[in-house]
Amino acid sequence: MPPPTLLETRDEPRSVEEAPSAAWRNPRPPGTYNLAILGGGPAGILAAYAAAEVGAKVALIERNLLGGACLNTGCIPSKSILRTSQLYADMRHAESFGTQAPKDIRVDFAAAMARMRGIRARLGRRISAERLRALGIDVYLGAARFTGPNTVAVDGTGLRFRKALIATGSRPLIPAIPGLAEAGYLTHENVFDLTECPRRLLVIGGGPLGCELAQAFCRLGSQVTIVQREPMFLSQEERDAAQILSASLARDGVDIHLNTNAVSVRVEGKQKLVDLISDDNHNTVTVDQILVGVGRTPNVQGIDLEAAGVEYDEVDGVRINDFLQTTNSRIFASGDVCLEHKFAHIEDASARLVVRNALFWGRQRLSALTIPWCTYTDPEIAHVGIYVTEAIRKGIPVKTFTVPMHDVDRAIADGEEEGFVKIHVKEGTDRILGATVVARHAGEMINDISLAIGSGIGLRVLARVVHPYPTQAIAIQMAAAAYNGTRLTPFRKWLLRRWLQ
Amino acid sequence: MADGSTLTDEALLDELQHAAFRYFLQTGNSSNGLVADTSRTNAPVSIAVVGFALSCYPVAVERGWMPRADALQRTLTALRFFHNSDQSGHPEATGYKGFYYHFLDLHTGGRVWRSELSMVDTALLIAGALTASIYFSANTPDEIELRELADSLYRRIDWHWAQNNGSTIMQGWKPDCGFLHYGWEGYNEAIVLYVLALGSPTHPLKDDGYQSWTSTYQWENIYGCDLLYAGPLFVHQFSHAWIDFRGIQDRFMREKRCDYFENSRRAVYMQREYAQRNPRGFAGYDENCWGLSACDGPIDPSDPLKVRRRLFGYAARGAPYGPDDGTIAPSAALASVPFAADLALSAVRHYREHYPDMLREFKLPSGFNPSLPGNGPGGWISQGYFGLDQGIIVLMIENYRSQLIWSLMRDCSDIKRGLRRAGFRGGWL
Repeated sequence: MPPPTLLETRDEPRSVEEAPSAAWRNPRPPGTYNLAILGGGPAGILAAYAAAEVGAKVALIERNLLGGACLNTGCIPSKSILRTSQLYADMRHAESFGTQAPKDIRVDFAAAMARMRGIRARLGRRISAERLRALGIDVYLGAARFTGPNTVAVDGTGLRFRKALIATGSRPLIPAIPGLAEAGYLTHENVFDLTECPRRLLVIGGGPLGCELAQAFCRLGSQVTIVQREPMFLSQEERDAAQILSASLARDGVDIHLNTNAVSVRVEGKQKLVDLISDDNHNTVTVDQILVGVGRTPNVQGIDLEAAGVEYDEVDGVRINDFLQTTNSRIFASGDVCLEHKFAHIEDASARLVVRNALFWGRQRLSALTIPWCTYTDPEIAHVGIYVTEAIRKGIPVKTFTVPMHDVDRAIADGEEEGFVKIHVKEGTDRILGATVVARHAGEMINDISLAIGSGIGLRVLARVVHPYPTQAIAIQMAAAAYNGTRLTPFRKWLLRRWLQ
Repeated sequence: MADGSTLTDEALLDELQHAAFRYFLQTGNSSNGLVADTSRTNAPVSIAVVGFALSCYPVAVERGWMPRADALQRTLTALRFFHNSDQSGHPEATGYKGFYYHFLDLHTGGRVWRSELSMVDTALLIAGALTASIYFSANTPDEIELRELADSLYRRIDWHWAQNNGSTIMQGWKPDCGFLHYGWEGYNEAIVLYVLALGSPTHPLKDDGYQSWTSTYQWENIYGCDLLYAGPLFVHQFSHAWIDFRGIQDRFMREKRCDYFENSRRAVYMQREYAQRNPRGFAGYDENCWGLSACDGPIDPSDPLKVRRRLFGYAARGAPYGPDDGTIAPSAALASVPFAADLALSAVRHYREHYPDMLREFKLPSGFNPSLPGNGPGGWISQGYFGLDQGIIVLMIENYRSQLIWSLMRDCSDIKRGLRRAGFRGGWL
């Protein structure tokens, strides 16, 4: 059975078997748990499953609903909506694919949301509290608080543990904009509950969530305005990637305001008026809905971390070392509550690492993991390893091998030429330091490079990996081939010529 | 006027250069020495265009297009204006801390368009002033005054202030909101800015400022060629209008065994490669029709809010990642002549043969877009002329023909000091 990563959903009808029934009874603590886990999101569930599989006594405690943002309000619903919106965009550009665009493309928002809910329900059926119990995991539904360095209480019931994992996740960060709370706003936690597509939508924040949903809602028919405080979208990414994304959003019709702050909100009738400031330019946009996507804040409150001797702060979350150990050596943390990069797959990887380190005296380091990430706009932007500026700061000379997607046969055939593959190597070597891929399927393509970095494979070997032709991922082989081309110095060329003569 | 197809390369370049120079005579205000940003009605002054003008006057004197006394007076008038201008930083002033607002009123010299105090455009203005101060070297009262004014303008710039307590130079400042928060990451046209800031005898940039900027560079292999990438061609040209980068290297270029001149040459070839590939299928693009840069371009009339941007208006276009809407900047191709003369000349002859409606009387518009409908094969053609385009044409052709501007600036102690402080070594330095 594959490890469960997806959990119950909030709003779909579920079978009694799958849903925690109203009559759910928390188990009686059997003694001391090998691992007590606070938080039933992706990291908590994954850790519970992995620990139980090797015979550990595991308690999994969730105060709200089992399941993380990933399934219920994050990755899965957003990707479902993105797919539908992408299809609408493709239909509108049907002529560029040698076919006729449908005459009357009407967006059926309700159908798109219904499809999303269906996907969410289907994936949610893979796991339930009862199924976790059947795997030998003690599931406690209720509020957990540490009561000591090795004890936790769930609604008054005390549990002892040898090791614990804090995986309480994060919640949307809400900027302090006067009038925003009174006017009402959407976050990823409730945007997928919409029953009508907003006619005019303001997205505050140009990070992954803001960009993905701005593009999706624009393609679904909203008149979307996006404001981003920084001079470019995805401020951590490479300039060229962010510029391609900007151009793509603009082509879709998203009204882009970079270097801009939303400073106040007021309501007039059913409309929301949002004041924007960019340098000395003042502007007001009128919208029907506001979506906030400026980041996430760790859930560190309400669990009495002080009682357990676990240090934390409100911004960065639980303080951990490279082994994901907190300031209480029995207690570990993983996922959004302690990590800078708040992605489901990083929660997954960090949870696995905790299980090894907590239960088996493992000494696996977080910093040793090769972790890619991807923003699922169209085109997608994926990255792995370090950025060039970071390498230069460390004194590592870098050379980048770039293949524009318009040089890739399959990308041309697919009409998906926007983007590039950039692979950064330590200059003079073939050691891959990092890579950025901008392509329609960048999230799939980056895996080749992640595997290479994680396995210590350099560009010389990567150039010999045969890729099926024609695929878009062949761009990676082309970049590696370009590296091989640079090895042919004038002296080597002369030698080869001599040999062949 | 001769038919371009029968002209020798030298004669063709002379016609093109002279035509470009006429822009400065036609759009300048002789009462204050300022020059308009474009030839369009009511266009404001661009301080960068004034910098180009100040550098073009010595060229015109040497080419016999302008009496030396006339050039001297025009230059003196401009320098006196800036020297006496309102430096209070008020919204209607001319400048602040020795810098100047990007756009000024042609008649009053006060700030217009709520423009920013522009560091890089001020640098281009000062580069022009220093060029003039080296060229006008006679011991006459006027030429002595000219040199003193140029020196004074340079010395009063507070480059250190423009770092805003950071390591790199900010891009702009406005009286109502302070420094502008634009990311200025990666290679761009700012080398001349950093060199001038480092060479300042009064308010120099901190030593690590240049290194902090170059640490954002990316050395890339694109289309099989290694280069320091920047998309728009003007990035590879503007600093080269004044500084001869042949054979001199900073730390970055030493590590790459290259120099900025060679890098620009490669950038030109990359642009041509891109046009040959023509991934977006635009009309006209081929081995002789290339050049994506900052230029005027069409806008979509059906999109008055300019939201659904498939056409970019005035924008910096670049290869190979775009933005690209099919608009070519012909001046960028021509101004590549010092780096790749054969490519640049082939491009100009091609324009002349295939787009005669675009190249009128040897004068190049800011942009043209053969993919869009127009009155001739050139398709959409930018109306009027832009000072930056005409200025870079005059200076780069001159550097190709006689190396006049490079020679003058090789004798400029401020430039040499700035280059050395930036870590440049070797060659003529």
